[in-house]
Amino acid sequence: MATVASKLYSDDVSLLVLLLDTNPLFWSNTSTTFSQFLSHVLAFLNAVLGLNQLNQVVVIATGYCSCDYIYDSSLTLSGNSESGRTGMPALFASLLEKLEDFIVKDEELIKEQEHDERIASSLLSGSLSMALCYIQRVFRSGHLHPQPRILCLQGSPDGPEQYVAVMNSIFSAQRLMVPIDSCYIGTQNSAFLQQASYITSGVHHAPKQLDGLFQFLTTIFATDLHTRSFVQLPKPVGVDFRASCFCHKKTIDMGYVCSVCLSIFCEHHKKCSTCGSVFGQSKLDGASTVSEKKRKAPDS
Amino acid sequence: MSDWQVKYKSSLKDRGTEGILKLREGILLFVPNDPTSDSKLKVLTPNIKSQKYTKEGSKKPAWLNLSNKQGDSHIFEFQNYQDMHACRALITKALAKCEEEQPKKPAAVLTSAEQLSIADLELRFKVLRENIELQRLHKEFVETKVLTEDEFWATRKKLLGKDSIRKSKQQVGLKSMMVSGIKPSTDGRTNRVTFNLTSEIIFQIFAEKPAVRQAFINYVPSKMTEKDFWTKYFRAEYLYSTKNTAVAAAEAAEDEELAVFLKPDEILAQEARQKIRRVDPTLDMEADQGDDYTHLMDHGIQRDGTMDVVEPQNGQFRRSLLQDLNRHAAVVLEGRNIGKHLFAPPSILSSYVFHDVDSENTRSVAEALARVKQVSKADGETTKDANQERLARMSRLAEMEDLQAPQNFPLAPLSIKDPRDYFESQQGNVVNEPRGAGTLKRNVHEAYGSLKESILEIRTKGLRDPLIKPEVAFEVLFYPVVFRSLTQTISTAKNIIGKNPRESFLDRLPKSTRDEVLHHWTSIQELLKHFWSSYPITTTYLHTKVGKLKDAMSNSYSQLEAMKESVQSELRHQLSLLVRPMQQALDAAFQHYDADLQRRTAKSARGSAGEANGSV
Repeated sequence: MATVASKLYSDDVSLLVLLLDTNPLFWSNTSTTFSQFLSHVLAFLNAVLGLNQLNQVVVIATGYCSCDYIYDSSLTLSGNSESGRTGMPALFASLLEKLEDFIVKDEELIKEQEHDERIASSLLSGSLSMALCYIQRVFRSGHLHPQPRILCLQGSPDGPEQYVAVMNSIFSAQRLMVPIDSCYIGTQNSAFLQQASYITSGVHHAPKQLDGLFQFLTTIFATDLHTRSFVQLPKPVGVDFRASCFCHKKTIDMGYVCSVCLSIFCEHHKKCSTCGSVFGQSKLDGASTVSEKKRKAPDS
Repeated sequence: MSDWQVKYKSSLKDRGTEGILKLREGILLFVPNDPTSDSKLKVLTPNIKSQKYTKEGSKKPAWLNLSNKQGDSHIFEFQNYQDMHACRALITKALAKCEEEQPKKPAAVLTSAEQLSIADLELRFKVLRENIELQRLHKEFVETKVLTEDEFWATRKKLLGKDSIRKSKQQVGLKSMMVSGIKPSTDGRTNRVTFNLTSEIIFQIFAEKPAVRQAFINYVPSKMTEKDFWTKYFRAEYLYSTKNTAVAAAEAAEDEELAVFLKPDEILAQEARQKIRRVDPTLDMEADQGDDYTHLMDHGIQRDGTMDVVEPQNGQFRRSLLQDLNRHAAVVLEGRNIGKHLFAPPSILSSYVFHDVDSENTRSVAEALARVKQVSKADGETTKDANQERLARMSRLAEMEDLQAPQNFPLAPLSIKDPRDYFESQQGNVVNEPRGAGTLKRNVHEAYGSLKESILEIRTKGLRDPLIKPEVAFEVLFYPVVFRSLTQTISTAKNIIGKNPRESFLDRLPKSTRDEVLHHWTSIQELLKHFWSSYPITTTYLHTKVGKLKDAMSNSYSQLEAMKESVQSELRHQLSLLVRPMQQALDAAFQHYDADLQRRTAKSARGSAGEANGSV
């Protein structure tokens, strides 16, 4: 049996970890309904599983304040229960069930939480971390494993308070050599996703027509890692490398950087909040205090 | 007499007009005999660049050819050579006097440090002439006073900087050839040996043999002339080369001065001994016994490679190749610091027979070298305190680590921060527009509700049928950014995007627009470069500079907008795509400028408010 398995493990076996954005605040504001979106996504997953017998798919739902594993193709056995419902491939009945349970849980969590007045972003950092943990387990399972990659289907805007955690996950993915593809279906640009795909050498695309989402997904994001070396995928024109400051979580493009730990601040601080190093006085402040003193002298 | 009867010829072929040549104060006048002829000539002596004349022995008449700075030449034919020589001598004297007065030329007027030399200006013009684009930029910015000349060239130093490299002259070092390698020329007939001594050679001899130098200072000119000195020196060298130690001993016994050259160099030996004393045995060895190479007789290889046994009492009259080599090498490595200012270009002093010897020059060399050595000796000499310190250090370093007492260094305690602090502090100050709490809850509730409905819908209805409508699929297929290579096979008349992508969009623009676009590209880059380099603003100069730059940039922006509108409608979209990055960059700059301005006014308002409070 082991020899058969190794024969079947060709170059293009892939493990796709899909991060699904289920942020209700985003889905209530878009033209496409969640159900339309889901049908595109489920068809896409079917297609990926159909490309190769040994392909695996894992779906993680990214909620407003929590995230959870929804589906794992290696765990569900075919021909399971719930095939009686109309039109639904049996494979995804469990997925939908788990998704519904997850949304209920997420709603309860938000009731308990105090009102964080933050941007309506989904918990991208959480789901990225979960995906990376799963992939790490796959790596440790043996040397015969599919090639993993992460596909991030996101519509919600970036939450600057997650900047540090997201950057950490991106760098871990880079270390593990796991590409993070990202498909952004929202209105504004997502700097996190662009940076993630750029750093981990994945593919980033923001399709303008959500009606044809399935086509975009199958032509761009279904290619496995081996095939990408001879298929020309869209390259981004430029990457938005803006960071968010560590003190207020604002997005900034010009600021102060601690020379010890490289944390970014938008205004001058006496002490770095991350590593505790004390900063010397900046030249700007020195000049302004001198000029202020000069101004005061002739008045008195 | 400064009047001569001459014939003036403007060129060689000219027959020549007769007249009188007068030399007065600074002027050379030629008055023709025939008052009607118009070849009167007046030449100012400073203008005369050179004079040529015919030789006496030749059959040619006595001609004097004067050429002036403008390049003309005047030929005067004299009646005899005597006249010509007299005239020439007077002219030379006049020229020499002129040259003396020359240095009184007014110094270049440099009022401020920014005034450039003419050569620099010429270089800049040349660079501008060669590079048309640069010229255009220069015209646009420097002449409209947006940028000053210096700022424009500040980043282009590479283009201007070739001259500075040429100016650094190389310092010539000492020759590697050894002094003893200089062979005299022998005259078999008269049995004379001729040495050619140049000042270079003298310098080397003095540098390598301090005893010789000392002897020179002592003996010349008190006891003997320089000529005699060198004669004796070369006699000594000769004796060394013959390896005849008995003869050497005999001559040394006779002639006391010769003996100085024949005995080993005491000064060198002393220097070496001092160096050894100064060395700290606990440190790296700077010098050791081997430096005292005058006493190393172990190899005893003579200059021609033979080995000889030597009687002990005559041992001092021997010198081995190694000693000479080592000393020469040491002097060459030390370099030419000493004789820099002492040398005119080397003039050949002749042989045993000396013409015009400038013994002053040689003496000054010797003295200078002696002074330098003295200075370095004084520096090197150790005072008593220095000695004590050295001894203390030696004893300290010679300690053995294992035998020392245990040392407790002051330690800083390790502080490992609680990671929770880090994460929680990051969540701390989140600033956002406040929203009503109640509305938020309601919105969220509704949103969740709709989400759940969607899922229910899909569970009941199943996947969408058809998943994608054909028109949508077609549109996606023709999405230009992604699928340009696909569409090149499908060419439809109305589909502009399907054109051959190899043809660059720029080619399809009319020429003037294309040039304008490219020019805007370079000028915007230049402006942005200067703009961003002047932040943070610390002086009023930078403030005004930024203001001017901002005006120029808004100009460019409006010009870009106008260009977009002027172009044909089918090209407009592509042009705006092309122009967009430039506009985005300008927008970012404007934003920054406004934000900075706001900050400054806020700060100054606060400052003045504080002042008002304080003064009250």
